[in-house]
Amino acid sequence: MKNEKQTEKTSAKGYLTGKEIREIAKANKREIKRLEKYKNRKAKVEEFSTKMKNPDNILEIEDLNTYFFTEQGVVKAVNGVSFDVPKNATVGIVGESGCGKSVTSMSVMRLIQGPQGQICSGSIRFNTAEEGVVYDIAAMPIHEIHRIRGKQISMIFQEPMTSLNPVFTIGQQLDEVSFIHSPGISEEDAKAKSMELLNLVGIAMPERVYSAFPHELSGGMRQRVMIAMALIGNPRLIIADEPTTALDVTIQAQILDLLRDLKNKIDGSILLITHDLGIIAEMADYVVVMYAGRVIEKGTVDEIFHNPLHPYTIGLQKSKPTLDSASDTLFNIPGNVPNPINMPNHCYFKERCDKCTAKCSGAYPDMIQVSPTHYVACHLYGKEEQNG
Amino acid sequence: MLKYILKRLAYCVLILLGVSLIIYFLIRLMPVDFIQSKIDAINQGGATVSEETVNAMYEMYGLGDNSFSGIMKGYFNWLGALVRFDLGTSFVYGIPVVDVILEHMGISFIIALIATVFEFLIAIPLGITAATHQYKLRDYVVTVLVMIGISLPSFFFGQMLKNTLALKLGWFPASGLVDATSDYNFWGLMGQYVSHMFIPILTIVILSIGARMRMTRTNMLEVMNSDYIRTARAKGLKESKVINKHAFRNTLIPLVTSLAGLLPSLFSGAIITEQVFDLPGIGNIALDAMNRGDIPFIMGYNMFLALLSVLGVLLADLMYAVVDPRVKLE
Repeated sequence: MKNEKQTEKTSAKGYLTGKEIREIAKANKREIKRLEKYKNRKAKVEEFSTKMKNPDNILEIEDLNTYFFTEQGVVKAVNGVSFDVPKNATVGIVGESGCGKSVTSMSVMRLIQGPQGQICSGSIRFNTAEEGVVYDIAAMPIHEIHRIRGKQISMIFQEPMTSLNPVFTIGQQLDEVSFIHSPGISEEDAKAKSMELLNLVGIAMPERVYSAFPHELSGGMRQRVMIAMALIGNPRLIIADEPTTALDVTIQAQILDLLRDLKNKIDGSILLITHDLGIIAEMADYVVVMYAGRVIEKGTVDEIFHNPLHPYTIGLQKSKPTLDSASDTLFNIPGNVPNPINMPNHCYFKERCDKCTAKCSGAYPDMIQVSPTHYVACHLYGKEEQNG
Repeated sequence: MLKYILKRLAYCVLILLGVSLIIYFLIRLMPVDFIQSKIDAINQGGATVSEETVNAMYEMYGLGDNSFSGIMKGYFNWLGALVRFDLGTSFVYGIPVVDVILEHMGISFIIALIATVFEFLIAIPLGITAATHQYKLRDYVVTVLVMIGISLPSFFFGQMLKNTLALKLGWFPASGLVDATSDYNFWGLMGQYVSHMFIPILTIVILSIGARMRMTRTNMLEVMNSDYIRTARAKGLKESKVINKHAFRNTLIPLVTSLAGLLPSLFSGAIITEQVFDLPGIGNIALDAMNRGDIPFIMGYNMFLALLSVLGVLLADLMYAVVDPRVKLE
């Protein structure tokens, strides 16, 4: 192991003593109490209203930190993530399992499972449909979040099989969204809206699906229902968290086509989370590459695919299976994602990197702008910094 | 559906036959002899009973032959009478078993019914708050209190309540069902019943809340962690609606089916509580019958409970199909 320089004694022993466990528990309890209080506080609208840095963006995430306070220590699942989602664009977040993609998207929806999981700092600025009304979602008290959820931002989850309530019919679950977001809507109107969306997402017999229970539908059908449900509130941003992971390949293609069509129809933005580079290449306008809770590279899809700069992004590209390669084995990046507790203060990819230099043992690299849209966090490109 | 129910009922008959056979054999092998105690009582009175009379008595009660074939014969006699809807005559009371059961079942049933209603009304909301405030002060307080409730033995806790509420404070009568002192009109009688049943019901409710509350809490926690609750939140539903509609409707599935399983306990009587408060309920009577070897009554009572048990299981399965759309009965 090269990372002996870890500050905590824990790594040296490889286990936690009872005293350390008690210290961690005490610190966690204090921190959770503070954050829960902040989350449940009463606040006026002005307190969580803010301004967009760029009014053409629909979502600006800045220095977001979402931590999980576990018994072993604090897991920085999202560690200073910043990126923007422009209007009418699809932004893809890629990264391997456990790199914080889903936690980022859950943070935007404020669906992080408390009390262990908490948004600790940072801002999530969301540009609402009303002119000039911008909310900082991270600063919103939790009971105000219904201003955002379902109506402004909606979410499609990766598990269509379990994401629908088994005891209510599809119709009941779809109509409910109309009832929440258009108070006073009649039952016929709600049903008409639900039927319209079931048609829109390409369900062949909407009347039958409307009165069916979730267990009577296939996985692809359920994901279509989930998409229909996400669209009912006319959201400006749809977060699709690995929407095709649980589906087979033909259905995957259909669902992706559907999402692409919908983006044009609804005039909104999509935040697409996936570990499938093929999907990103096909769907996204902008790409954010995450590694161990941090953004390591972001840019347009063209820049990321044709000019990847970070060694991790290059490795990801290389590990993509292609038909024309002569090799029998797939390329893989050696090693694993480091333990998320007590991360060292140097590039997290250092141990797995084949272009590692002496500078890599230094502080964590800053984001370096290489083109108006292309940013990378790697010492290989930090020439200006060297000079200055 | 009808076919399914009929098939299940046919199985029930088979199960009941087996149960009755086992109970009959066990009772006949019990070291309690009704005739012997009766003769002892006569002997104590100073009279003597001849050997012939004793044998005649054994024959009359059908207890003469204690060999395997004798017991089998007794069993089939009992079964033959049962087919003609005759449960026989109670040894102790000298009246038909059905009449004894009917006379004492009412009071036990009313106590159990009221206690069960309160148990559910109190335990379910407690379980839900404990689950939604998991690992917070409210969860700990509720859990500790109901755990104390579970842990108290009914003879101790009943006696304690009786001692404080009835004997020391004198708010409620200590035992029995009606004060013996005076005549009552209808409302006076009802008032007597209510005041006499208050402490027994309180005892049963406090002792039984715990299990139901733990069950609700566990189910609620499981449901609250499921993906569809996340979906409900993502839709923009208020948290109260998420809990009371989406989560509770799913928590209800095991609760409703467990309710059907309670069917026999509504009628079985609370033996210890009835003893403590000296209530003429069926549990008290059944214990007495057991001590005195009242074979027809024990058979009738136990078969009645066995019937309710198998019907309760059937009802629970049917309830599943009603409350859970995923379950289809074939």
